[in-house]
Amino acid sequence: MSVPALEVLDLTKTFKVSGHFGSKSHETTAVDKVSFKIGKGEIFGLAGESGSGKSTIARMILGLTTPTAGDILIDGENLIGIDRRQHRSAVQMVFQNPGSSLNPRRTVGQSISVPLEVAGLDRVARRSRIDDLLDMVQLPRNFAERYPHELSGGQKQRVAIARALAAKPKMVVLDEPTSALDVSVQAKVIDLLVDLGQELDLTYLFISHDLSLMRNFTDRIAVLYLGQIVETGPTSSVFDNPQHDYTRLLLASVPVISAEEEAMRPHIPMIDGEIPTAEQLLALRRGDAEQT
Amino acid sequence: MGEALLSVKNLSVEFSTYGRTTAVLHNVSLDIPAHSHVALVGESGSGKTVTMKAIMGLLRTPPARIPNGEIFFEGRDVLKLPPRMRAGLRGTAMSMVFQDPMSSLNPVFTVQDQMGTILKYADRRLGRDRSKKERLARVAEVLSQVRMREPERVMRSFPVMLSGGMRQRVLIAMALLSEPRLLIADEPGTALDVTTQAQILKLLRDLVEERDLALLMITHNLGVVRETSSYVYVMNKGVIVEERPTAELFASPREDYTKSLIAAVPRLTGGTRYGTREVAS
Repeated sequence: MSVPALEVLDLTKTFKVSGHFGSKSHETTAVDKVSFKIGKGEIFGLAGESGSGKSTIARMILGLTTPTAGDILIDGENLIGIDRRQHRSAVQMVFQNPGSSLNPRRTVGQSISVPLEVAGLDRVARRSRIDDLLDMVQLPRNFAERYPHELSGGQKQRVAIARALAAKPKMVVLDEPTSALDVSVQAKVIDLLVDLGQELDLTYLFISHDLSLMRNFTDRIAVLYLGQIVETGPTSSVFDNPQHDYTRLLLASVPVISAEEEAMRPHIPMIDGEIPTAEQLLALRRGDAEQT
Repeated sequence: MGEALLSVKNLSVEFSTYGRTTAVLHNVSLDIPAHSHVALVGESGSGKTVTMKAIMGLLRTPPARIPNGEIFFEGRDVLKLPPRMRAGLRGTAMSMVFQDPMSSLNPVFTVQDQMGTILKYADRRLGRDRSKKERLARVAEVLSQVRMREPERVMRSFPVMLSGGMRQRVLIAMALLSEPRLLIADEPGTALDVTTQAQILKLLRDLVEERDLALLMITHNLGVVRETSSYVYVMNKGVIVEERPTAELFASPREDYTKSLIAAVPRLTGGTRYGTREVAS
């Protein structure tokens, strides 16, 4: 591997939690010294449940949250302290819910146009670029005049992908891009992402808790738990031979549809009743066990 | 299938808005025997939620209209019952668990307030008399039946103080307060993490085993269907396209729609190809 497309080094983020309702203020470590590399053109998966820190990592890579410590390098260039405009042309994001990530009062064309304006394209150039982008995501060109409410969930997500690609990023962060879609639509959106990735030589960071999709879509994965990477490796080896107990628990929990899949799930006796949530465990780790 | 607890026969539902009528369900028939696990699976817009609402009597008429069909519950056609008797079945003989535990609990009341109120009205409908103390004892009992570790503490909590999984358990407990014979679960656990979802599904399975309860699981997730049901109805565009014992459906789907639905699900074992890209296995 030459220079990795993305390198994350000892990335850490702590949040101050202010005291309310009589509880004391304290610090919580959402991301704890996370390091990983993604090669050019690779699809890398970050698997984790709520509270694992996967969204905080995505936000830091996008420059929406400032890391407490650590470095983020894209093509060998450190993003920490870089100009925001440059940052945006390096990484873009496709959000989870296309219903709320598109402005309902803007037409599709206007939404896609925003990053193009920022990039300094004039009106004519923007027009033709919007047409190209709609072609890329396999939507008819006249969709530029439509409003989000006129589109289906899958079409909206295609628009979100077009908007993310408008700034010609090297890397795209996909935050559960298909979790709001039906499975048949999901398959088509993933098809599109794979084809675009090849065509445009994109690197993807795919964030999800859908392990079945991850198994089929990503090249390598990292499993996050309470802000730390507990296991990482090529997707097939992590799935076929999970090393960490948490990875095994995750795999054991996936609802599956065939006997073959059932056979590969680790057999873990399910605990009756509540298992502690990540937040509760973090609270325990801080030592204030009384507070939940 | 013998005498069914719930039997929907040739049910059609249409909606009229702005003078235009759209048929949403077309002659839907399904049977739920007592003490069984049945699933109704379909993609968004297939009509599964409308079916559920029609069974529960939650469709607003108008705009909805039921041009034909019968819904027999314990031998009586509930569509012919007077509204008051119909409402009397809800929450007592048939209950439901909603999808989103965040928005179906009232944030400003404690769990015991909310559950106590439900029980009070259910008691009134059933002509039962219970003191407040007895009601709270019943609430605690049901919370422990849904494997809540510290029912006493949970009862005094506000919803924000509980985790997503605990809130989902509270909703299930609420539905079970009056010992219903039919429990309808609409996508339970989809808003939760996989590990928590697995626990909720196991809880629902166990509850059916333990008591005189039939479960109708409404979902779009085929994995959930396989984990929780023994008989399944597949719905598409307001029509039941296929109905089979669950194991048979997955082993040998008959209809093209069911086949395509199963084929679209990514497998934990891998092997799904996306795009035109070559996947190294």
